[in-house]
Amino acid sequence: MNISRRQVMVLLPAAAVAWKYVLAGTPEASPNYKMSEHWWSMLIDIPKCIGCGNCVRACQTENDVPDGNFRTWVERYHVSDENMTNPTVISPDGGKEGFPVATEDGEKYFFVPKLCNHCADSPCTQVCPVGATFISPDGVVLVDPKYCLGCAYCVQACPYGCRYIHPVKKVADKCTLCYHRITQGLTTACCEACPTGARQLADLKNPKDPIHEFLKTHSVQVLKPQMATGAKVFYNDLDGSVR
Amino acid sequence: MSGFKDAGHLFRFAGLFVLAFAVFLVVRHYVVPKSFGQYGHYRGAAIGEIAAHPAKFAGHESCEGCHSDVQEVKMKGKHAHVNCEACHGALIQRLPAAPQPAPNLYRRLLALVIPPMPVESTFVRHADDPGSVIPPLPDTAVLCVRCHTASAAKPKGFPQVDPAEHAQGLACGSCHKPHDPGMNAGGAK
Repeated sequence: MNISRRQVMVLLPAAAVAWKYVLAGTPEASPNYKMSEHWWSMLIDIPKCIGCGNCVRACQTENDVPDGNFRTWVERYHVSDENMTNPTVISPDGGKEGFPVATEDGEKYFFVPKLCNHCADSPCTQVCPVGATFISPDGVVLVDPKYCLGCAYCVQACPYGCRYIHPVKKVADKCTLCYHRITQGLTTACCEACPTGARQLADLKNPKDPIHEFLKTHSVQVLKPQMATGAKVFYNDLDGSVR
Repeated sequence: MSGFKDAGHLFRFAGLFVLAFAVFLVVRHYVVPKSFGQYGHYRGAAIGEIAAHPAKFAGHESCEGCHSDVQEVKMKGKHAHVNCEACHGALIQRLPAAPQPAPNLYRRLLALVIPPMPVESTFVRHADDPGSVIPPLPDTAVLCVRCHTASAAKPKGFPQVDPAEHAQGLACGSCHKPHDPGMNAGGAK
């Protein structure tokens, strides 16, 4: 195989970039975990959600989320026949303690759990002026609390309202997809606490993950697809009124 | 060389630039963290730091090691897919913070400038000391009702009742056993 000097000059930088991704590191806390072997996402099965708020409470316990802020929350939609595009949405205290009873009146009610969509082309990481928020090599949008200035550009940029400024640390905070758990082979706290299996952690790089079969056989949608954020939280049976 | 006859001031200026650039490189070397740029335009070490956060939900596998009898009962019933910590809470519990002494004048003045850091919590694991660290027994009056109160927003196939009408003042546990809640599971009829 003959490679000219010109070809080597072209190939070397490309190979260097590729090698950097091949070697894409290993978080200190879990030595057997290879970031380059995963691409994390989540599946939300709306027809299974009962609005119990277990996920919200589990997330607050697991991640020390301050009261009044939410890394995940549950919304209840009420869609009337006359006004399909303007639903009534409630989320009392993020749905942490459940919801008031919806009486049977022939109209449409359903729950929608929400969290960071861990977008592959996330607007929040693009606006950070200091490189404090980023997409990890395994597809999780994270915040470096030691580098964050607390300018809140990312809070404004997130089209899903998934970020907040931590009231004590004064830095941006958000769902880490329980990064400290998934790198140790555990599922997220919200998935662990969900009693109906409405939330499932998924690894798109794992060919054996049931997510692949599910995505092929169900009507799955992401939130605000028109924004082209590359959202990776997939919603099964998502109603058109959800935004 | 005659072209450079009056160029001394340019060389001095260029020298200043070179010096400033060298200072910039030295300062940058010290202020930019070593792992910045390791994977992208961010501090690579942050990933490991975030991954080092202690997990509090240990996962149902941790419970099943000792409580295999409960697991067997649960696997036969309708709560087979409900993980232990969904009802019992996280395996790792936060201990209440020890009472702090009242801050003196210096501390109070300092707090005006630098907000004091929150007191580090201590955690205990039931699995480490099952005798003394006992997770609180869930209150069925809150726990069961939260999931099983009838609501038009819940999936139609999900078992749900009007608690006041259904229980007639009885506690859920007097008829249903939480690990296998079906009425043929040994609960009082």
